[in-house]
Amino acid sequence: MKPFAYSRETGLDHALARGKEDGVRYLAGGTTLIDLMRLGVEEPSTVVDLRALPLRDIKADGDGVQIGALATNTEVAYHPLIAKAYPVLSEALLSGASPQLRNMASVGGNLLQRTRCSYFRDPSSPCNKRMAGSGCPALDGYNRSNAILGVSSSCIATHPSDMAVALLALDAVVHVRGGGGERAVPMGDFHVAPGSTPAVETALQKGEIITHVTVPASPFAQRSHYVKVRDRASYAFALSSAAVALDVSGGVVKSARVVLGGVATKPWRATEAEAELVGKPPTSMSFDAAGAAAVRGAVPRTHNAFKVELAKRTVARALRDLVGKA
Amino acid sequence: MTASSVGKPLDRVDGRLKVTGTATFSAEVAVANVAHAVIVGATISKGKITALDVGEAQRVPGVVAVLTHLNAAKVPGADKPTEMTDKVVQVLQNDAVLYDGQPIALVVADTLEHASHAASLVKATYAAEAAICEMDKEIGAGFAPKAAPGRPPPDSNRGDIDAALATAFARVDATYTTPCENHNPLEMHATIAVFQGEDHLTLYDATQGIFGLRKRISKAFDLKPENVRVISHFVGGGFGSKGSAWSHVFLAAMASRATGRAVKLSITRQQMFAFVGYRPQTIQQVTAAASKDGTLVALRHEVTSATSRFDTFAEPSANVTRMLYACPNVKTSHRLVRLDVATPTFTRAPGEASGSFALESALDELSYSLKMDPLALRLKNYAETDPDEKKPFSSKTLRDCYTQGAAKFGWSKRKPEPRSMRDGNWLVGFGMATATYPSRQSAASALARVKKDGSAQVLAGSQDIGTGTYTIMTQIAADALGMSVERVHFDLGDTTFPETPVSGGSQTASSVGSAVKRAGMAVRTKLIDLAVKGKGGPLNGMSAEQVDAEAGVLVSKQDRTKSDSYEAVLARNGLDQIEEKIDEKEKAERKDHSTHAFGAHFIEVKVDPDFGEVRVSRVVSAFAAGKILNRKTARSQFIGGIVWGLGLALHEHTERDPRTSRVVTKDLADYHVPVHADVPDMDIVMVDEVDPYVNEIGAKGVGEIGIVGVGAAIANAVYHATGKRVRSLPITLDKLL
Amino acid sequence: MVDASLKRPLSFDVNGKTVNVDVAPMARLLDVLREDLHLTGAKEGCGEGECGACAVIVDDKLVNSCLIPALQARGASVRTIEGVAKGDVLHDVQKAFLTWGGAQCGICTPGMVLAAVSLLEKNPKPTEQDVRVALAGNLCRCTGYMKIFESVLKACETAMARESASEAAR
Repeated sequence: MKPFAYSRETGLDHALARGKEDGVRYLAGGTTLIDLMRLGVEEPSTVVDLRALPLRDIKADGDGVQIGALATNTEVAYHPLIAKAYPVLSEALLSGASPQLRNMASVGGNLLQRTRCSYFRDPSSPCNKRMAGSGCPALDGYNRSNAILGVSSSCIATHPSDMAVALLALDAVVHVRGGGGERAVPMGDFHVAPGSTPAVETALQKGEIITHVTVPASPFAQRSHYVKVRDRASYAFALSSAAVALDVSGGVVKSARVVLGGVATKPWRATEAEAELVGKPPTSMSFDAAGAAAVRGAVPRTHNAFKVELAKRTVARALRDLVGKA
Repeated sequence: MTASSVGKPLDRVDGRLKVTGTATFSAEVAVANVAHAVIVGATISKGKITALDVGEAQRVPGVVAVLTHLNAAKVPGADKPTEMTDKVVQVLQNDAVLYDGQPIALVVADTLEHASHAASLVKATYAAEAAICEMDKEIGAGFAPKAAPGRPPPDSNRGDIDAALATAFARVDATYTTPCENHNPLEMHATIAVFQGEDHLTLYDATQGIFGLRKRISKAFDLKPENVRVISHFVGGGFGSKGSAWSHVFLAAMASRATGRAVKLSITRQQMFAFVGYRPQTIQQVTAAASKDGTLVALRHEVTSATSRFDTFAEPSANVTRMLYACPNVKTSHRLVRLDVATPTFTRAPGEASGSFALESALDELSYSLKMDPLALRLKNYAETDPDEKKPFSSKTLRDCYTQGAAKFGWSKRKPEPRSMRDGNWLVGFGMATATYPSRQSAASALARVKKDGSAQVLAGSQDIGTGTYTIMTQIAADALGMSVERVHFDLGDTTFPETPVSGGSQTASSVGSAVKRAGMAVRTKLIDLAVKGKGGPLNGMSAEQVDAEAGVLVSKQDRTKSDSYEAVLARNGLDQIEEKIDEKEKAERKDHSTHAFGAHFIEVKVDPDFGEVRVSRVVSAFAAGKILNRKTARSQFIGGIVWGLGLALHEHTERDPRTSRVVTKDLADYHVPVHADVPDMDIVMVDEVDPYVNEIGAKGVGEIGIVGVGAAIANAVYHATGKRVRSLPITLDKLL
Repeated sequence: MVDASLKRPLSFDVNGKTVNVDVAPMARLLDVLREDLHLTGAKEGCGEGECGACAVIVDDKLVNSCLIPALQARGASVRTIEGVAKGDVLHDVQKAFLTWGGAQCGICTPGMVLAAVSLLEKNPKPTEQDVRVALAGNLCRCTGYMKIFESVLKACETAMARESASEAAR
């Protein structure tokens, strides 16, 4: 690990001012940053600890809910406002990591979680995300856990978050503060696919801080569900996951959300799958069709080709379970 | 006779230290003036180092030394093979890179932070060559390993397999593969090396074999063995990886000699995948054939395993096929292919774990061809004597394991058709397999001593790698000495104690236990002798046979009111202590017997029909392993072994990038070991077995047999649940989609 | 700009006692506990938060000390395995691990015990499933886990039996 200076900020304005300095990285829960610093992937000269900022509240926001960026995954998952009204978010959070990591990891940090691609995590290996133009060994190397959707010839790194998949399904909005004031970024615009610039992962600009996330009330939030498929029974990243939500009335789907995790370079909203569902009765047949639509355009590689079929089935199962449990 | 402690479920005698976090592991020993060392690993898998820039690293504050092949002292004995296997180490002696992560520099600094930072600044330039790691492409270049002394030959042939195959009614020909697995004990390998002057060295090392390490290190550094002391009081799991002297130990010693300081070196989890061994990949071809009634007529098992360019460790997967079933025509072989990888080594049940997957899967396949119950097929071919060594078994109670295990599991409820059992949405399958593991014994020594306060101290080099050695040796010693366990203190893990073998091959209980028992009995005999022949006392004049020992007191068998305590005997005879050291050899009767433990696994799996996720939902395993010394620690060993089998079957595999031969899955997020949620309740049946021949204590060893057969039992259950036969481990969900 | 190699003073509570140490900013809480305070009960099993061997309780929350810069612990209250027993009297969880075979080699044990203690403080009557979930982040390579669940559930039984006995006495 490269030596770094450490400071703790207690006020947002001070913290924002520090963000302008060269080599500064903000620290929240530490579960991603400290790990990557130890590996030599992240090498900040100064770490500015945000954990004392007053950004931890979870509270009602009109009909929706507002979640402070520093609320821990545990706090969010078990909060009565969330567990009841937004089951998909609770389920997604509790399917991820382990209790002690959830006690540390924050909502803001989780939105900025970096990929688990092994080549990214090894500074002695090329990686376009770490070092622009160095190449992507995952394309033709060992790529079992890599992405099949949202990929480019520069990068096929999977986005690892479960929480972000659920937040996207819930039409959440990310609120950030920077030198220029506040702005609100819809979840759908927050994460960006790698394209030719895999180092750019989100819409967050240098020096900006995520302050909170708002999750609106919606007709489908309460009827939502998260399914995660992985290599062991718990404590593993998703090989495939799906956050789904349905608004059904009069026996017909009025609106739907289908978001995939574990298979794409960012939380992946499958609008074609949603279109398959809307206007039809919620049946197994339309769920299978939604699954097939969700992976249209997937680009499988040597070791991850199974994810095409798996993602398809994950979507169909999530929808079936959702209808079954309601 | 005194109340026996052996067999009782005594709590671990070191348990209190462990649950309070105060057991001192190797890296935690407080040593004065200690410097911290970090290894820099190669980032290519084959080639030469053309330049090493250590300037920046040396300028980091607190850095004491940066050792590379350009400045490291020559260690002439380091890269010489050992006697047991051909293993060699890479300790900065030249510019060659033989595998990914090979040590190419060692940074020593005042703090761990400085050392690890400086290590990240060492810049190497290489002339890289094409590195090969795809075993299937090299299989044509397979060669037969040399027979290692004292080990079974690589090839075997009995009967006439071709003639038998020509007449067989049913036959299975299949290829099975097992992946590279890293041991990954939770404690990383760690050592503290302290050179005192030029010719005395103390090593605090996380090792399964203090004496093997001493031998290797003393040869390498040209030191007298008695001038090298290895201490290892607690070891945080080993499973084979800590059985050899790997490069880091040599490097720590080199650094201590070079800097004149104590040097602490704890490797990283990533380095656990680099240079401390692994279970090699295997490709196994099996032919199994039977007559119509299920009698096996032929078994062929051809194994190829991967090794490095510089070593010839072979995974002996086919040995189990030679002895497990009564089959007249059996042919087996082992071949090696060389790859540009680090060298493999022994891993929990080396050979048996991987080989039984192939053999026991093939028998399952054969049972379907024969339309015969898989258990009935095993019973039909039960070997009453060892068909390979042509000797009687010292004991074999496998039939009871089959029947008791099957009854407890409810094997009779199995519907023979694959995909015929369900639990809601889940597909349910039953699978079974036989377990076996050789019962070894090596020469071992022990010393027992009764002191004038009536307490006893018992010493044997040995190691406790989490198995319970401290505890069972205390029990054996207490019984032999005729004392209660509370008054007996057993110590281990120091080369100044009597010499013992490596804690490997499930031989510690057998080897060290026999020595401890005889040492304790020798002291007891001396005490009785003194009591009946020494200065006057209540038992004076009796014959030794008339005296019993009970909780540290000698009593007359005829008149139990006549007694004499150990303290009194010693005091009356003016002695501070009585001690005996015993050098125990292999028990003579072993030569005329085949010695193996046996068992049977019955496993239920549930498979998600959409996702192919496999959950092991029930396990009943029955074992007959001679005398069970401590039911609690033995049960732990069986369960721990079974969960290793679960990992082998479903989770564990180390993957390399086929183009660079570099390890890709090198942390515990990418290399999956089973977690809490993967493990069901397990029912362990310990079948009583008396074995008068296997060794002095009648115990067969329980550390490894648990894993053997589990891979096949799970694969067989998965087939029964899904109708899909997976012949390539691990059974990840993509193979069932 | 702060000099990154300069040690900085750190004060926090460990097992009820305030400690003052000078630490480098890059030192992790785990390193300070083990190297500076000689509290070696917390182990490093991976350094990446994947194994739980370094788990400690910080301000009543179970966390992985390998992912915490030591300076972040300023003013915090840290409980390590060394502070779980009250003097010579073991905690129910420790006793149960000792009696029911929850500990084998002892490396995962401190983190596992702390995870169980942390669970029981929040949920004194967990189901077996609760136990599995609460300990999910703690890997063990020796025991096969089964004896660990058994230990935790037995510890609950002991605590509950004691509770009902003391209620009866009242």
